[in-house]
Amino acid sequence: MTTQIENTTSGLQYLPFEGRIAELDARIAELREEMAQGHDHGGEIRRLQQMLAEELGRLYAHLTPWQVVQVARHPQRPLFRDYLNLMVKNGRELHGDRCFGDDPAIVTALGQIGRDKVLVVGQEKGRDVKEKIAVNFGCPNPEGYRKALAKMKLAEKFGLPIVTFIDTPGAYPGIGAEERGQAQAIAMNLREMPRLRVPIICIVIGEGGSGGALGIGVGDRLAILQYAYYSVISPEGCAGILWRDGSQADKAAESLRLTAPELKALGLVDAVIPESLGGAHRNVHDTIYNVEQYITRTLRDLKRTRIENLLENRFRRLRAIGGAEQRVLPARYAKPRLPDRVSAEAQLRRAASEPAPDVPAVSPFGPDDPAAET
Amino acid sequence: MAKTKPGWDGYSLKRRREMPEGLWMACPSCQNMLYRKTVEENLHVCPECDHHFRIDGKERLRQLVDEGSFEEQVAEMTSTDPLAFVAGETCYADRIEAYKNKGCHEAMRVGKAFIRGRGVMLAVMDFAFLGGSMGMVVGEKFCLAVDRAIEEVLPLVVVSASGGARMHEGVVSLGQMAKTSAALARFDDAGGLFISVLTDPTTGGVTASFAMLGDVILAEPRALIGFAGPRTIYETIKIELPEGFQRSEFLLEHGFVDMIVHRRDLRSEIGRLIDYCGK
Repeated sequence: MTTQIENTTSGLQYLPFEGRIAELDARIAELREEMAQGHDHGGEIRRLQQMLAEELGRLYAHLTPWQVVQVARHPQRPLFRDYLNLMVKNGRELHGDRCFGDDPAIVTALGQIGRDKVLVVGQEKGRDVKEKIAVNFGCPNPEGYRKALAKMKLAEKFGLPIVTFIDTPGAYPGIGAEERGQAQAIAMNLREMPRLRVPIICIVIGEGGSGGALGIGVGDRLAILQYAYYSVISPEGCAGILWRDGSQADKAAESLRLTAPELKALGLVDAVIPESLGGAHRNVHDTIYNVEQYITRTLRDLKRTRIENLLENRFRRLRAIGGAEQRVLPARYAKPRLPDRVSAEAQLRRAASEPAPDVPAVSPFGPDDPAAET
Repeated sequence: MAKTKPGWDGYSLKRRREMPEGLWMACPSCQNMLYRKTVEENLHVCPECDHHFRIDGKERLRQLVDEGSFEEQVAEMTSTDPLAFVAGETCYADRIEAYKNKGCHEAMRVGKAFIRGRGVMLAVMDFAFLGGSMGMVVGEKFCLAVDRAIEEVLPLVVVSASGGARMHEGVVSLGQMAKTSAALARFDDAGGLFISVLTDPTTGGVTASFAMLGDVILAEPRALIGFAGPRTIYETIKIELPEGFQRSEFLLEHGFVDMIVHRRDLRSEIGRLIDYCGK
């Protein structure tokens, strides 16, 4: 994803589909500059701002899934650092997994949100190139997951609720990560987090990439920002598997049902936290305020629940995913089907369901079963 | 394995093409021509070089359990296709239907069985079904197996062979990682013995959840076991992967599996472990 246009005054970057908005922003900035030199454009600016708000509202109400992914990866989207700075009072960062090292891609800190003392755990993607390299572009190594678990156990010991912020393209797939047991580190978190005896809130603030996101994403509540996404595989990866062509990611994004409203409809997330008009990057403070409100309200509820009930509910919630009660989405497009009497597929199926008696059935498990795939 | 040209070196998870149809087959490891029947009698292991061929769930059950003792449960469960997954020509519901018509219901079969006379809850994965991927049915079957193991105080044995979470079920299948692990937490609290057997290949979401949570983890020789598939790693870091990377021996060396067990010893090894740890 590349951002092509940039507003020189505000430094705001625009996504490829935001051309009209960039124009309006530029025009407003121009008029403002002239205002500073004594011309009176107040009415015109107000009119343009009205138009801008309407345009943003219209555009962001109908984002395609692929556009949502682009917003979630916007280079100016608030990162975990911003939440830490703007929302968490008196944050004290804790380092190290006590085994191998300290992974900067997962940050753990003690701090205060609203009136609650909590442990915050978050994935950091980094803003500029230097930071991005330092945190591996937000892809945690096993140390990160082990650090998160160690600090969560600490929080459990002292009865501090846990709030996790998910923002990662996925756990790092590298040689070192495999040597140090990436899979085992995530698996341990998945087993231990459901039985931590403190409330846990998980919030997807940007990208929720597969196992890497889930590794700190098991808790009592899972919320997602309006234009964040959460998926089992990146759209590029999915397109690579389906079409051997990562550039068809837009189609894959539609199939994967990774946007916040779709996940809510599936019952996989508990809440969708609204962002400011035009995405979190247009008004960082508003968005972070919404997140803070969600956390304080939810924590109040969770703290009232007895811990045994909390654990039981947490387990039930996990068990319900993909269980008998799993909600099912309607098909996005009706699949065109030939009527049964002409469709070759239907005829084959009919033939298969009524095998001729003298033909021996071929074992579906023969050694050359052509069904194997990744 | 022969030294290869630069670039991708044949670790691919795609089905091996080296096996010609008919009576004879080539071993992809030692290149010997083998009589198919000899290999089958030898538990699908190459008699020359001990290369373990991939086997499907049915064959695995035949090899592992005391004859006729496997009592399958919830065999007919199928996915409800929660995403209504359609991508271009691929329609998930149709593919499931196609497998079902071939008599193969899901990527995991669970049930109660006896291994060398010891009662166990057994779950066996089948790589032939959509790459052994874990979707809602696999997760649900796994949890039912754990429930029953807790209830009847049985050891749990799981033979994994999987490419990971099932893409076609999106976050529902991702949730199965959390769900199976949470079930294992309960099993752990109840004091049950969980033996995880890793076979070729075990990668992705399955490795990052129940497969790596065994009280005892066994692996078949030279099985591919890892978090990211070797192709993904290669595409991310663009350097040649070392020989033997992500194989069982590599994991043993780095401390992530307890022992590597030859296929013919699997039964006796599981039996012995149950004698030591089971209740």
